[in-house]
Amino acid sequence: MDAIKKVEGDKKDHEVKLFALSTCGWCKKTKKLLADMDVEYECIDFDKLDSDEKKEMREELKEHNPSLSFPTIIVDDDCVIIGFKKDEIKEALEG
Amino acid sequence: MSEKMREYVEKDADENSYYVCPDPDLYEDLLEGLVENQERYGYPSCPCRQASGLKTYDADIICPCEYRDADVDEFGMCYCGLFVSEEVSEEPDKLEPIPERRPPEILEAAMDAEEEPELEEGEDIPVWRCKVCGYLAAREGPPPICPICKAKADRFERFNFSTG
Repeated sequence: MDAIKKVEGDKKDHEVKLFALSTCGWCKKTKKLLADMDVEYECIDFDKLDSDEKKEMREELKEHNPSLSFPTIIVDDDCVIIGFKKDEIKEALEG
Repeated sequence: MSEKMREYVEKDADENSYYVCPDPDLYEDLLEGLVENQERYGYPSCPCRQASGLKTYDADIICPCEYRDADVDEFGMCYCGLFVSEEVSEEPDKLEPIPERRPPEILEAAMDAEEEPELEEGEDIPVWRCKVCGYLAAREGPPPICPICKAKADRFERFNFSTG
């Protein structure tokens, strides 16, 4: 499975990026919610990246979430949701 | 493998008067994540945290992590939700994301490290003393949080055995 991949969905109103860990149960919940909402998004399984990619993605993640925690969802490059906050995710993506 | 991990987790919960994750799907996912980390790193680091793969640097997030007691105390669950309080075990709706207690500097230092720190032959692992409660820990650096009284790392000092 690719560490960075585009997950297809019918809802493409927002540019959505998910920083996740492949082993994380809360990240799995987030992926499931996005799938249920049929949202298209870019999924980054951080733990699966090679070391160069990790360096690059770490800087990008840090800009949005200095605690470098997962899951982190970035909507349209400015709205950042840290953790599986179901209501916040729905509000950001359905609004 | 997963059954062994379940036994390990349930035994630890039992011994420490904690309860395991009351959300069955999340519980299974977390156990699988622990097994995956055990296989790729050689130790079961927290499935919800990025590990460096260097045991010395990941020591504080090997399950059960050093932040568990403080998090169950404050939020009724550890960071990933594997261990919870009695209250949360009875009301699974209270299971929700909590803030990361592990200081990001620790993660960043771990990710920057390329190899295990070398201990010179004959060099002892330093002992750190919590200035608040007197707890002693032999490890490379002070624990991020005192497991006994929850004081932060900056309240620790290097403990000197010689008194003379």
